[in-house]
Amino acid sequence: MGMSLAFHIVFAAVGISLPVLMAISEALYLDTGRPVFLELAKRWSRGAAVLFAVGAVSGTVLSFELGLLWPGFMAKSGAIIGMPFSLEGFAFFTEAIFLGLFLMGWNRLPPLVHWCCGVLVALSGILSGIFVVTANAWMNTPAGFKIVDGKISEIDPIAAMLNPAASHEVVHMTLAAFIATGFAVAAIHAFFLLRDRRNTFHRNALGIALALACTSAPLQMVSGDFSARSVAKLQPAKLAAMEALYQTQTSAPLQLGGIPDDESRTTHYAITIPRGLSLLSTHDANSKVVGLEQFPRNDWPNVRLVHWSFDLMVLAGSVLFVLSIAIGWLVWRHRGVPDNKWILRALVAAGPLGFIAVEAGWAVTELGRQPWIIYGVMRTQEAVTPMSRIAIPFAIFTLIYVFLSVTVVLLLRRQFIQTEAPGSELVTKNV
Amino acid sequence: MFELIVAGFMFAALIFYAVTGDADYGGGIWDLVATGPRADAQRSTIERAIGPIWEADHVWLILIVVILFTGFPPAFAAMMTALNIPFTLMLIGIVLRGSAFIFRKYDVKSEQVKRRWGMLFGAASFFTPFIQGVALGALSTGQIHVVDGHVVSGFFAGWLTPFALSCGVFALALFAFLSATYLTADPSTEPDVQNDFRLRALWSGAALAPIAFVVFITSRQGSPEMHHGLTQWWAPFLVGTTLVFALAALTSLWLRRFALARIAAIAEVTLILGGWSVAQYPKLITPDVTIFNAAAPEITLRLLTYALVAGAIVLFPSLFFLFRVFKGKHS
Repeated sequence: MGMSLAFHIVFAAVGISLPVLMAISEALYLDTGRPVFLELAKRWSRGAAVLFAVGAVSGTVLSFELGLLWPGFMAKSGAIIGMPFSLEGFAFFTEAIFLGLFLMGWNRLPPLVHWCCGVLVALSGILSGIFVVTANAWMNTPAGFKIVDGKISEIDPIAAMLNPAASHEVVHMTLAAFIATGFAVAAIHAFFLLRDRRNTFHRNALGIALALACTSAPLQMVSGDFSARSVAKLQPAKLAAMEALYQTQTSAPLQLGGIPDDESRTTHYAITIPRGLSLLSTHDANSKVVGLEQFPRNDWPNVRLVHWSFDLMVLAGSVLFVLSIAIGWLVWRHRGVPDNKWILRALVAAGPLGFIAVEAGWAVTELGRQPWIIYGVMRTQEAVTPMSRIAIPFAIFTLIYVFLSVTVVLLLRRQFIQTEAPGSELVTKNV
Repeated sequence: MFELIVAGFMFAALIFYAVTGDADYGGGIWDLVATGPRADAQRSTIERAIGPIWEADHVWLILIVVILFTGFPPAFAAMMTALNIPFTLMLIGIVLRGSAFIFRKYDVKSEQVKRRWGMLFGAASFFTPFIQGVALGALSTGQIHVVDGHVVSGFFAGWLTPFALSCGVFALALFAFLSATYLTADPSTEPDVQNDFRLRALWSGAALAPIAFVVFITSRQGSPEMHHGLTQWWAPFLVGTTLVFALAALTSLWLRRFALARIAAIAEVTLILGGWSVAQYPKLITPDVTIFNAAAPEITLRLLTYALVAGAIVLFPSLFFLFRVFKGKHS
């Protein structure tokens, strides 16, 4: 399941963001009438089509997989947290309908109606992402029910949906999707722009992708800060693992990198910033931060993986943040899409960073929750299918996702890379 | 009360899935067996017909699943445990069908590569509705036992019986018939190809009768409750009406009244699934799990009902728009 989700999160992130890019591009076309934006919208919409088809298939697999692999989890929590999934079903439906209209309706719909379909695709995509993340947040901060004598009672699906972690997870994930896709798309077009600096197709594509990515990245810093403080409050064991903090202490230092050692309860070779952690987790440099020692040993997540994933996410995110600021400055100075050789090279190199951050962040939230599937309520072990040879279904689903990923990568390669970009001819028309 | 409403929505979603999503699988079946001088024309007709809509059609299945696990969580858990193997096979079919279809469409235009993806698309389209029929049949065999929320009959109960397997074959024929009927009525179909599909619809429609008879015979042993249901006082009315629509569909196909044939075929499928669920009512998994004993708490069902109503209000106009743009008369 973890594997499936790790794949799905990438499809989903691109699936959420590409429609945004394509809607922006079509809006620019409607506004300026320049065919390059139309071509771009079409090109991106084909990418969105591939991802949506795979997303639809992969979403089906996931919805069944919940039951096939975790019947225990579903039997208990379906009534509580099924709600966002049902709403997500409708959001997904709307997305499917309007994407169909968008893709096949270029010649059948008036331009403005067609563009509205694109906007609806983007909105419902974002909305379905929000619903699903809400359900994940619930696993971190379960709410909306009571357990009396081992029985679940007083179920309140609305409270479950609006659980304490929902707001920060939703914002963080949506921005992450924009950033990761924005920079990945920017990297592709920067690569081609390096080869042919006069290509307006790639230049405009880069501009739109950067506009999305570079406005989201600084916002993500704020959201990250908000998330860290929420986790400190809601899931102190996770925060302690993220920061590899074993001892509860006031004025806790921030530890970057290093090798956490559960036996000696220390983190070796880390770069420490005095009082950093207290400052980050509560905005008060002298506050007390709870360490892992407060929790029974068998309630600890895998400290090394969680800590390293967290540092990786922050590192990748920070690089993108710095890049965004640099690009923002260049755009402000030169009034145009930056085409400096070094910036383009940096963008190509930074292409995968967004997705690395997404995967690492996903690892933090999932592994950081272990050994619980529902934090503090149900252990992962209790939820798994009673199938005796559990490895087989897990292996099958992993294979399915490897297959899907290869499919997507190959198709996107064909769509974006191996076909000639029309920009060169357009240069004469548009400049 | 709300459990019945939610079950009603689930049933409606099942019907919609059958007449849209499963019909798209039928398209894949005809793609696989496309023959004659117009094989390529048949394939491209199928591709044009299902291209814009198959994803939306497919979402009905996701909707059924989410309604099931929100409204009837223990039933969902039990089904996914007892039918783990057929459902996993079905998912593989779904994955291969969907990805082969988009691959064929967006991949390079090399004929050989296209043919290979087309083959996979067809084979997966063939397999998926069959296994869905098997799984649905297995739920009414009475061989899946659930005690205290735990499946005690293992992973092979029900779905390997002759009854379940004949349900699979029946589903296959039914959706092949439905799809061929749609293709005759699709606005983009050309006259020659239209006649090809007309003949296919007639053949597969006629083949439904003997297969249905086999399902009925095997149900005596394989699904005593279903058999009992189908021999109740109301059964002749239901079977009779279904038969009338089936004959109406075939006659309209014969007379080339394709729009009419499409309506009759949809009614036929609806009645067949309706008959199945009436005979099954109120059981979700015969004999232990019912709509009532698997229902989620009232508050969940009530909120789910609101969500479903609100969703339907958004959904149906959008769907109507989609089908009008792509399936309405070309202007």
